[in-house]
Amino acid sequence: MVTEIIETPAAAQYTADELMTIVAARELNNGDVVFVGIGIPSTAANLARQTHAPDVVLIYESGTIDTKPTKTPLSIGDGELAETALAVVSVPEIFAYWLQPGRIDVGFLGAAQLDRHGNLNTTVIGDYAHPKVRLPGAGGAPEIALASKRTMLVLRQSARSFVEKLDYVTTVGHHEGHGSRATLGRAGNGPAIVITDIGVLRPDPVTDELTLVSLHPGRTVEEAVAATGWPLKIADDLSETTPPTVTEIEALRRVSST
Amino acid sequence: MTNIMTLSEAVAQNVNDGDTVAMEGFTHLIPFAAGHEIIRQQKRDLRLVRMTPDVIYDQLIGAGVARELVFSWGGNPGVGSLHRFREAVDLAYPRSLELDEHSHAGMSVRYSAGASGLPFGTLRGYVGTDLTKYTDNVRPISCPFTGESLAAVSALNPDVGVIHAQQADRHGNVGFWGILGVQKEAILASRRSIVTVEEIVDEFDPRVRVVLPHWVVSAVAMVPRGAHPSYAHGFYDRDNAYYRAWDEISRDRDVFSAWIETHIMNTSDFSEHLAMIEPTLAEV
Repeated sequence: MVTEIIETPAAAQYTADELMTIVAARELNNGDVVFVGIGIPSTAANLARQTHAPDVVLIYESGTIDTKPTKTPLSIGDGELAETALAVVSVPEIFAYWLQPGRIDVGFLGAAQLDRHGNLNTTVIGDYAHPKVRLPGAGGAPEIALASKRTMLVLRQSARSFVEKLDYVTTVGHHEGHGSRATLGRAGNGPAIVITDIGVLRPDPVTDELTLVSLHPGRTVEEAVAATGWPLKIADDLSETTPPTVTEIEALRRVSST
Repeated sequence: MTNIMTLSEAVAQNVNDGDTVAMEGFTHLIPFAAGHEIIRQQKRDLRLVRMTPDVIYDQLIGAGVARELVFSWGGNPGVGSLHRFREAVDLAYPRSLELDEHSHAGMSVRYSAGASGLPFGTLRGYVGTDLTKYTDNVRPISCPFTGESLAAVSALNPDVGVIHAQQADRHGNVGFWGILGVQKEAILASRRSIVTVEEIVDEFDPRVRVVLPHWVVSAVAMVPRGAHPSYAHGFYDRDNAYYRAWDEISRDRDVFSAWIETHIMNTSDFSEHLAMIEPTLAEV
């Protein structure tokens, strides 16, 4: 066999979304049971399944359990998800029997706004009654974030999205920090990682405050600070994200739907 | 006595002004034809219920039939915002729209409680969120056995439940398969119900996973492609071009109004509307 010989990371060309997707896919372990939302989470989970984590289990809120689409679906209810699933259950069942008791390892979410403790807003920008921007709302996110053993968050980083105070708390991450999430009742461990177009953040083990732990190639601390609406904490051992390999990029483009 | 009739009769007999109407179908089997007929018959002041108000409710809200929306996620999947929904919320156009907003888990428990004849259901959910500040339908409750704090959500019991299914038999029993959504619960929670179907058959397809007996279904109407532009598993695929085109049609009030006039008010039924857009339809 003469495969796997042309890994030339420096040659790989990629977009910000592709980088975020690949970094997210790397975070999934083989065998993880993943509750997947549409967009980058869905693409990343499918990429992981078709590369380093073939036994990752994909569950969509439309009720498809262990589905194996060849292409990333456009919507969470595409027919291919049902056709390739081990089982199809109703929406009440997927939330009550499969998510709520803690059977899900990874909840994988995006958001319009995020605060320093990984709480999320997908409901309104501005006042609730008279919003500047009306967003779609909660969907499955509040309970996915509550019940999953860990959550992964993916969103672009800017002073508008990384805010000091959310306009509306749709979904709880680490609540008010310092372990306060534990007061919310029986629940998973909250956000483990936030992947942005600039770098990677993880919660501080004591304060739960999101801390920049890795910068993507070519990005700077100054950019990350400017794109954050609170005084951003930087890890002492800040690292650089391993760039996508040609293999990863090619695999991603195979699973992408467009 | 048969429950099989035309969609026009089904809507006229079962949907009244001011009713609470739940139209379900989770990305699959969305009852678009029934939504068009409600607009065509100019129903008013409806309290519309749906987990995922997407393009079907953008049409109903923009046409001015709704006074309130009970929901958990409102968007055009894979495309973006619902412009008629946003203009109703932001600018009260064409009229104001009250919101009763939940999570998917909460909505599914509300339907299940309604289907079960219970006044409320419980779940581990909503904690720490602002959702509870803007609805009267979620309250904390203590488990009487363990003392654990849970969320109680009030039951949903719509006046009318509306779904689309692949098949009915000649007795008016209904069968469907593929992504199952919350349709069974929505029908069983509702006082009356309307089901549009792709076809009426002597024997159900062996793929049928959910059966609703004729005595829980008020009206069955055969409307081929009645879920278009969503899809019917085994019959036709999702018309993604329609969803993308809707973004432009719905962005402007006048373009939207002209579309409603042409495709709904000036047609006698859904098949005439489908004939106008035939080029975008694709068989499975």
